[in-house]
Amino acid sequence: MIINHPLLGPCDAQEFTYLGDARLIERPDGMADGAAAAFFDYAYLRENPAGEHRELWFHEQGDRSWLVVTRNTLTHDIISVELARDVARRQGRSA
Amino acid sequence: MNRLSTGGQIDRAKTFRFTFDGVPYDGHPGDTLASALLANGVRLMGRSFKYHRPRGVLTAGSEEPNALVQLRNGGRQEPNTRATTAELFNGLTAVSQNAWPSLKFDALAINDRLSNFLTAGFYYKTFMWPAAFWEKLYEPIIRRAAGLGSITTEPDPDSYDKGFLHCDLLIIGAGPAGLAAALTAGRAGARVILADEDFRMGGRLNAETHALGEQSGADWAAAIVAELASMPNIRLLTRTTILGAFDHGIYGAVERVADHLPEPAPGKPRQILWRIYSKAAVLCAGAIERPIAFANNDRPGIMMAGALRTYVNRWAVTPAQTVAVFTNNDDGHRTARDLLARGLDVAAIIDTRADAPACDGAQVMAGAQVIDSAGRLGLKSVTVRQADGREHQLKLGALGMSGGWNPNVALSSHQRGRPQWNDEIAAFLPGADLPQGMQVAGAAAGRFSTQAALASGADAAMQVLSDMGKTGHAPDLPMAEDGKTRITPFWHVGGTKARAWLDFQNDVTVKDVTLAHQEGFRSVEHLKRYTTLGMATDQGKTANMGGLAVMAELTGQSIAQTGTTMFRPPYTPVAMGALAGRSVGRDFRPFRLTPSHKWAVEQGATFVEVGMWLRAQWFPQPGESDWRQSVDREVRATRSSVGVCDVTTLGKIDVQGRDAAAFLNRIYCNGFAKLAVGRVRYGLMLREDGIAMDDGTAARLADDHFVVTTTTANAVAVFRHMEFARQCLWPDMDVQLISTTEAWAQFAVAGPNSRALLQKIVDPEFDLSNDGFPFMACGEITVCGGCPARLFRISFSGELAFEIAVPTRYGDALIRRLMAAGHEFGVTPYGTEALGVMRIEKGHAAGNELNGQTTALNLGMGRMVSDKKDSIGAVLSRREGLQDEKGLRLVGFMPRNPQDRVIAGAHLLETGAELRAANDLGYVTSACYSPTLNSYIAIGFLKAGDARLGDVLRAASPLTGHDTEVTVVSPHFIDPEGERLRA
Amino acid sequence: MRYSAFRLLKEALSGHKGWTPAWRNPAPKPHYDIVIVGGGGHGLATAYYLARKFRQHNIAVIEKGWIGGGNVGRNTTIIRSNYLLDGNEPFYEFSLKLWEGLEQDLNYNAMVSQRGILNLIHTDAQRDAFTRRGNGMILHGADAELLSAEQVRREYPFLNFDNARFPIKGGLAQRRGGTVRHDAVAWGYARGADTHGVDIIQNCEVTGFRIENGACLGVETSRGFIGAGKVGVAVAGNSSRIMAHAGMRLPIESHVLQAFVSEGLKPVLPGVITFGAGHFYCSQSDKGGLVFGGDIDGYNSYAQRGNLPVIEDVAEGGMALFPGLGRVRLLRMWGGIMDMSMDGSPIIDRTHIQGLYFNGGWCYGGFKATPASGWCFAHLLATDAPHPTAAAYRFDRFRKGRMIDEKGMGAQPNLH
Repeated sequence: MIINHPLLGPCDAQEFTYLGDARLIERPDGMADGAAAAFFDYAYLRENPAGEHRELWFHEQGDRSWLVVTRNTLTHDIISVELARDVARRQGRSA
Repeated sequence: MNRLSTGGQIDRAKTFRFTFDGVPYDGHPGDTLASALLANGVRLMGRSFKYHRPRGVLTAGSEEPNALVQLRNGGRQEPNTRATTAELFNGLTAVSQNAWPSLKFDALAINDRLSNFLTAGFYYKTFMWPAAFWEKLYEPIIRRAAGLGSITTEPDPDSYDKGFLHCDLLIIGAGPAGLAAALTAGRAGARVILADEDFRMGGRLNAETHALGEQSGADWAAAIVAELASMPNIRLLTRTTILGAFDHGIYGAVERVADHLPEPAPGKPRQILWRIYSKAAVLCAGAIERPIAFANNDRPGIMMAGALRTYVNRWAVTPAQTVAVFTNNDDGHRTARDLLARGLDVAAIIDTRADAPACDGAQVMAGAQVIDSAGRLGLKSVTVRQADGREHQLKLGALGMSGGWNPNVALSSHQRGRPQWNDEIAAFLPGADLPQGMQVAGAAAGRFSTQAALASGADAAMQVLSDMGKTGHAPDLPMAEDGKTRITPFWHVGGTKARAWLDFQNDVTVKDVTLAHQEGFRSVEHLKRYTTLGMATDQGKTANMGGLAVMAELTGQSIAQTGTTMFRPPYTPVAMGALAGRSVGRDFRPFRLTPSHKWAVEQGATFVEVGMWLRAQWFPQPGESDWRQSVDREVRATRSSVGVCDVTTLGKIDVQGRDAAAFLNRIYCNGFAKLAVGRVRYGLMLREDGIAMDDGTAARLADDHFVVTTTTANAVAVFRHMEFARQCLWPDMDVQLISTTEAWAQFAVAGPNSRALLQKIVDPEFDLSNDGFPFMACGEITVCGGCPARLFRISFSGELAFEIAVPTRYGDALIRRLMAAGHEFGVTPYGTEALGVMRIEKGHAAGNELNGQTTALNLGMGRMVSDKKDSIGAVLSRREGLQDEKGLRLVGFMPRNPQDRVIAGAHLLETGAELRAANDLGYVTSACYSPTLNSYIAIGFLKAGDARLGDVLRAASPLTGHDTEVTVVSPHFIDPEGERLRA
Repeated sequence: MRYSAFRLLKEALSGHKGWTPAWRNPAPKPHYDIVIVGGGGHGLATAYYLARKFRQHNIAVIEKGWIGGGNVGRNTTIIRSNYLLDGNEPFYEFSLKLWEGLEQDLNYNAMVSQRGILNLIHTDAQRDAFTRRGNGMILHGADAELLSAEQVRREYPFLNFDNARFPIKGGLAQRRGGTVRHDAVAWGYARGADTHGVDIIQNCEVTGFRIENGACLGVETSRGFIGAGKVGVAVAGNSSRIMAHAGMRLPIESHVLQAFVSEGLKPVLPGVITFGAGHFYCSQSDKGGLVFGGDIDGYNSYAQRGNLPVIEDVAEGGMALFPGLGRVRLLRMWGGIMDMSMDGSPIIDRTHIQGLYFNGGWCYGGFKATPASGWCFAHLLATDAPHPTAAAYRFDRFRKGRMIDEKGMGAQPNLH
């Protein structure tokens, strides 16, 4: 597969390490009420769609960016690639 | 001799000598093993898989199911090689396979007599009683009878390379369509790769007699190839098979660089695996002719009609002087015409069609069928049933079969594409869902005439150019034959009890398909798996279509409804060596060497693999005959004076930024926010699921600057994890990370004299006294007169100890300086074994304890998990299953008899308890002989272990025959109060 | 119809006219007591044991395509019970015992071949871990044997002992492990289930569950609604897709695992061998092909095909272990969809929906589990209580922190 890195252009997927569902960005607040249930859901439950999947790839053999890749799990077609940091910020994560 | 006196693309001026089954023969450059054997009158080349039937060559290409031989010998022995693609070279040796004692007299041909018992799937119905006989009797017999060629157990003496290629357009196949596409795209300046599996480009043009314009097909192809070779933007890959179409325009290809040579040129590989990254591809893989099933259609001498004329036209050989053709389409007549033109006697054209055209010079039997053949080791005659029902015997030495041509759609279906049935050509065409960027042209797209193939190749290239925004010009293509495909589907001759072959190699006959249908194995996948249709080394290239057609007939469905099985890579079988490339033997994975490696080699150290690293395991001294002597000495010397160990392999991560402390406070489960500058703290990292991930230290060199260490094994994973937290969880934290594992050479200097030794190295302005540089201090210093260094007062051994780091390029110098300076103290280098012994003596957890299944609580560090802050893993570490009060705790074990060995991996039980899982109380993780305590010792996890100190248990290892009574003790065997390391 | 050598002889002499379909092809009935979704190995085994051992009647197996077309027909055919953890070992040992009597029970030769499995050891830490595992196996009543490097060399002299990047230091052997002809397992269970009255309904896709008041009343299919007292889902890689119809998210991701077979060769490899320092495992089939595999590709996929990097990695592992492999040719590669769970261990459990049961999360190890998975799932469906050997395979283990994590990789499925 080829991942079109937003900064570096097309890179072989072999340069990357895969983590999983991009929902892992949405880490709950560990000090909030109900954290136990929220973390169970966060750590263990997955949509696992047959179709478009937003997922995290780490450019381990490259610039060490975490990317959010939107990819079709039936065809492996890649629809979009973003820097995970940008996605995280857009989703309201900060410091 | 069956070599025709003229013609053929062979170099008659040169002669190659070769042997087959020990018999010497001659051939010429340009020959394949198959053409050369035919030229020498050899029709019998192999035996089939199941019935051990005598077989000759069926095809002239890589689809060959029959003529498989074992090529070369010694470490180069190569089983199952197709004689049809093995290019002849001087000195080639080949032997037949799957036959004993000889190809002509094969004892297992008895299977052919028993064929009535050995029907499809017979083995599922018998050999069940008695149960134990399967492994002992039945299976060994089956295994010996099965298989084809033999593997060598000698290492392959040749090397293999890998490479990456990039192009605008990959053209797969250099027949008329591929050449036209390459010419079009090449002239327009596109970067083109043209690959063909053959050693001569041109595809069918080399096998046909019809002209392209004024030239012969072969001459036209040669001229185009010459023009293409002159273009710098074109790469021609002959002898190169595209093995698979992978995601996003990536193709795998194997170039056979030296398979046509006695051995590779010095320094050259045998084969190269190319990964081709293409923006577009045109599949011009041609078509494969299919046989017609009739009784005993598998004898040597019966072959594909197209192959027959290929041998005559390209190699000027014929398997016999008298031949016939059995066909259901006009292309079979072309074979007859070509054979007649070369002076062969064409006994008849047996055409299944009632409206078969006439042929000048040969008798056409319209509406006739071949119903049987004779000749034990080679064809002698066939029986023909004419349209009027009369039977007629023809004496001949070869028969060409043509059941029509299948577009070679394999690569178009490697992803999600399913081929589509086309009634007009009675074959499957590539479907709609092609791999990204792929088009199909020529015969592979059902464009069977030469004219149509040329035009479709050029059109496809024009489309690619247009997609690229380039302007192309369709080349002036020569006039070529433009005949229409005329075929009336005909798959098998019915009305016989004899076997009619569909899959020649695996011996699948029409009867087997009928039986599969009768027993309900009717879907194509069931049919394939039950009968093994299409599962031989040719993957059913000539077999599958016939099998599907017979099944369709039996079920009353159309072939389109019946469908095909999946096409899978590789297109043709690929040598494992090519896929592995240079990553073999000692080069399987790279070595990571420590900065003191060269020095350690000089000391005669024994080395051990630790992940990719090679680390010194111990340093044997003269007179030491056993590793324990070396290790015990290293431990005693360190504990009594001073030892040095290279610990560079530990991961090092530089953490900088205003929020560095806050960041680490979330990464580690214990507190880091308040760590003072100049101090080091032990840190435990959890995974988000609450399990211990890694441990190490974090040293605060400045307000905004930490150095984190990780274990050797987890260095990469921890860095990735921290980057995930930094980029994905807390993107606005002001913190930067960089891995500096390779940037700093780091040595542990441990033992009561470690301070005294370091004082001789560290520049005098730095105070190393206990007050000036206490336990868990750190600082940036200089050594040896100004060399920058970092010093950490941390201890894995439990002794007064330091770790000192210098830029990696000074690592070798530093170890030599440390050894020289330490001479007066008897400084001793120690390896990973002594390191391990000392950490067990001290009760420190390492990889065996941090095994990804243990919690902070298990490790005796439950209280480190702060509930005052949100750190990774804290929440889920509080789940009930991980907080069991009676759960596993890390404890130490002393054998009651100090010389009784305790084994890591032993399980713990009450003394006297039966060896049953129900009595299992835990397990020993790490064990060693402690030269300090003069006893074997161990640590491990024990249920409610913290409440069991002083109890006596069994450490049982039935696997190794050890069963030792042990006393449960604190895991801190030496200096539990830590007085030594604070000294 | 009973299969036997005698029967084969009789048919051979009478033109094979007497063989009947291995299983019927019935139209679905409007209602069954128990409907199993998924005509793979586990679903068919479940139906077989429900009918034969738990005396349930009126059972259907519903399959989207053709039975046995999923992972049961695309694995590397290995059976073994060399597990580490208490939650797993009794289950897999139960499964191995069922394999040992399977062919006589089914009257179908699935070629259960106990040729032994050997896990190679390359480091001291690996030996420690394998020692713990082997001892655990023995405590659970399974067989295990620790071999020295010399012993390994005697059995497999052609492995790379002298020029290896990661030298072989020994191995953990389980002599009762081995291989089974995978397709025959599906067919044998199907034939057995059919003989006991189970309706096997092929080409029938489940498109939803009919759930009312928290209870599952049956399945909506491409061939209409089929009512059911209980519905058991055993669809491996498609677990998340099917259970989404019931509104459930699972602790499962679907990943592609590739498998490989070489051209046929005369016998060379006596047993199953796994490389401990790279991703490679291999056995030789009765037809002579070397059957081998490695790691999953590592990204979520439902595509049943993989990519070159993993293919190369597997070949490198093979060559590192077995230097004579260079001139052996790879014949075919394919992919299966693995239901990779969050701790690498399976789930056989009720769901929160009355009457809806789930069996999945087998990762790449479901084949060897087929008999026990079927038996335990049948036990659960028939008695509403978990089978003792599968008692740990519950949904709630993740919520409660009772993971069964053999490899210690945590909640990241592609690492298991």
